Formats: sequence, C-alpha cells, structure tokens
Amino acid sequence: MSDTPKGVLISPIFTNNPIALQILGICSALAVTTNMGTAVVMGVAVSFVTAFSSMFISMIRNHIPSSIRIIVQMTIIASLVIVVDQLLKAYAYDTSKQLSVFVGLIITNCIVMGRAEAYAMKNGPVMSFIDGIGNGLGYTVVLLFVGFVRELFGSGSLFGIQILEKINDGGWYLPNGLMLLPPSAFFIIAGFIWLIRTWQPAQNEAAEFKITANTQAKEAV
Amino acid sequence: MSSSNDSIKKTLTVALLLCIVCSVIVSGAAVVFKAQQLENVDLDRKSNILAAAGLLEPGKSVDELFAQIKPKVVDLNTGEYTDAVDVNTYNQLKAAKEPSLSKALTSAEDIASIKRREHYATVYLVEKDGQLDRIILPVRGSGLWSTLHGFLALEADANTVVGLGFYQHAETPGLGGEVDNPKWKALWPGKKVFEEGSMTPAITLIKGSVDASTPNGEHKIDGLSGATLTSRGVSNLVQYWVGGEGFGPYLSKIRKEGV
Repeated sequence: MSDTPKGVLISPIFTNNPIALQILGICSALAVTTNMGTAVVMGVAVSFVTAFSSMFISMIRNHIPSSIRIIVQMTIIASLVIVVDQLLKAYAYDTSKQLSVFVGLIITNCIVMGRAEAYAMKNGPVMSFIDGIGNGLGYTVVLLFVGFVRELFGSGSLFGIQILEKINDGGWYLPNGLMLLPPSAFFIIAGFIWLIRTWQPAQNEAAEFKITANTQAKEAV
Repeated sequence: MSSSNDSIKKTLTVALLLCIVCSVIVSGAAVVFKAQQLENVDLDRKSNILAAAGLLEPGKSVDELFAQIKPKVVDLNTGEYTDAVDVNTYNQLKAAKEPSLSKALTSAEDIASIKRREHYATVYLVEKDGQLDRIILPVRGSGLWSTLHGFLALEADANTVVGLGFYQHAETPGLGGEVDNPKWKALWPGKKVFEEGSMTPAITLIKGSVDASTPNGEHKIDGLSGATLTSRGVSNLVQYWVGGEGFGPYLSKIRKEGV
C-alpha cells in the first residue's frame, strides 16, 4: 500500500511514524512541545522543509555524485531551513522567538536527512514531495500529542487558553512542573510508542535475546 | 546512475552549481524579509517598554502609543542627560561589551552579576500635559540560568514603582519563569524603591508573601516559590539599577530638580 500516493502520505502518520517507529528527530520533539502553539508551527516548518528538500533532491538525484551526496543534501536542506527561519522572523515573530534556535536546528533533524537519503534518492520528485509531507505529518502528530499532554498538565491550558484553573491564579490545579521540562517529553513519547504498538503489534521488533529460564539475579562475587 | 557522475569534473560542476543556486536563494530571502524583520524587532522592543509602563492597550497600535514616549540618553556616571551618543542608534547592550563605552565592575559593586556597565543608558520618559509622568529604565541582571532583561517603570517621584517586566530570560518554566506571571507582576505597582528620605535601595523580594502586617511592606514583594535564586537575582538587579552604580545619580537629580 505504500506505493500509491495516498499510502505514501498516510503510512508515516501511524504505521511508519518517523518518531515512533523510525525513532528519528526526537531531540527537537523534546524542546518545542511545552505548548501546542509552538508544536504546530514546528510541525508545519518541518513538513515544509522535508517536503521541499525531498523534492529538490529527487529532481537532481540522477546528477548527484555519490562521493558528495550527503553534502549536497545538507546544502539543500540548510538553504531551505534558512528561508523558513527568515520567513518566520518576518511574519510570525513571537513564535519564532519562542522556537529560537530550534528552527535553525531543523537542519540537524534526522527526519529530513533520513527521508532524503532513504526515499528521495530513489524515487521521483512528486512521490518524494508527498513522502516528505507524510513524514512531516507523522512528526506533527507526535508533537501535538506530546504538546497536548505537556501543556494541559504543565500549564493547565491548551493553545494558551486556560482549561484547568491554576492555584497561582486562584484556582485548584497545581501544575506539574516536570511537564514543562524536557525529560517529560521522553516519558510521553515512550507512552505514545507503547500506545501505537499495542494498537499495531506488527511494529514490535523481535527480541534480540531472551533471558534464560531459571536465571536468578546474583550479587557479583 | 551512471559512473560519469563520479568523475572529478562532474563532481565539481554539481558542487559549484548547487552552491550558486543555494546562495542566491538564501541571500534573496535575507534581503526580501529584512525590512519586515527589523520592524518586528522594533515593535517588540516598543511593546515591551509600553508593557512595563502599563501603557499597553489592546486594540491600539503600538507605534501610536509609543508616540507619547520620549527616549533620552543619560550619562550614568553623572546622572545628566547627554548628547554624547545618538539616541536613535545607540545600542546599550553592545556598549556594555565595548571597553571604551563601559567600565568593568568590581565584585562588590556587581551585585547584579553583569560584569561590565556601560557609561550611557537610554531612558524612556512619559509626559502628561507637559509634566513628567513616568520614567522607564532598562534593567538587567543574572537570575539562575540566564540574564534577565527587562524594564522598570517608576512614577515621576522616582520612587514609586509603576511596573516591572522582563522581555528576555531563560529561567525555569513554572518556577523562575513565573516572573512573567501577570499575578506576580501586579504586586509591583505602588511599591517604593528607596528607603524613606534617602537614596538607599530598599526594595527586595522576600520568602513567603507580603501582607498588611509585614514591616516595611511597601519595600517588599513576594518571592517566587521554588525559585529562590531567580528571586534573589530580581532583587539584586532592581537594587543595582536604582542604586549608585546604576541610575542612582540620575534618579536623585530627578527628585531634586524634576526633569
């Protein structure tokens, strides 16, 4: 199913999610998910960059010398990211201030490079573009899920609209400070991966080793 | 893929063409968006100044509101207004790093941990019916993780606080980051910066909360719970900037002579 345009677009969202299955691009998912607003902008920015970099790389894939192909890919990705960064600074200044360095760090987001190397080098521009959008969406879904949990329990709000009245503001909800710090995203992403793999057990990898029966933990002598 | 792609000539050609195309795109984007970006930075700075002075009104344009504010450069050593630098182009934070425009602070002087202090600072004056109404001072100092940058607004008596707001910091969200909490910021207006009848900075953040029975409550503000170091940093930076090393000479002049 992943050969049709629709399959290429849909499958990265849950069945082949870049974060949950390919385990790519976790770093920025930790940093920009303290609230839904930044998560949305980051998701859109990454989708944009992945889609266009895959398209451009695919367009010139038959001319890229294999000795410098990684550099060629990086140059295209970096140029696109700078354009996005400039665009955000010009038209979404507040959000770009919140995202600060993380827009620039899209360059190092493994999803972009991973899709360029794994898909765009072997497929046509249109399909590569769709693949980029699909993977961007997969990334956005995870970001939104993490952002939802973190913003709701960390600040008691969603998209900046107060839902749980905080104690500091005279309400009843004591915000969970851990949710606002990066480590919480690790737990939530792990929870997301668990949910997806419970729903689609085919994603579970075969165990690399088994603990022998009757093994008892002993103190080292 | 043919093997001709890997010839030296082809490799160099592809690399060169790619570099040219990408650099044109990148510099094009930088040029096209530059004006809009500078406008945003300027707008952001103005709205921060307005917010500290409590003059920000939703629905009104920032530029329009900013028209009532007059920036002036003050020589921090003498407390006098000065023309030594152009008020429109002077960058105070850059000057603080320039040895010719700033001085190094000894550790006893440097309670706000800013290391160097510039000679000139830009203050923003709000006038009402020809009379000085509010003075807005740029302040900065170290909290726990970061330097907090903000504005402190005082009434024309150079003592009563109108507001304090930070536009840039990286304190812990939910703890030190609560310096942005409007509820906490609302505690500042009406507080007195100096001890009665002197120019000694008295304003501090205390542990716990201030109520009617707190002695000298007019100089005290609730500390941020769970953020002792950020609270201490805020205390120190406000004390530093209103003190003798900061705007002290300027403020005492205003008290004596008016504008």
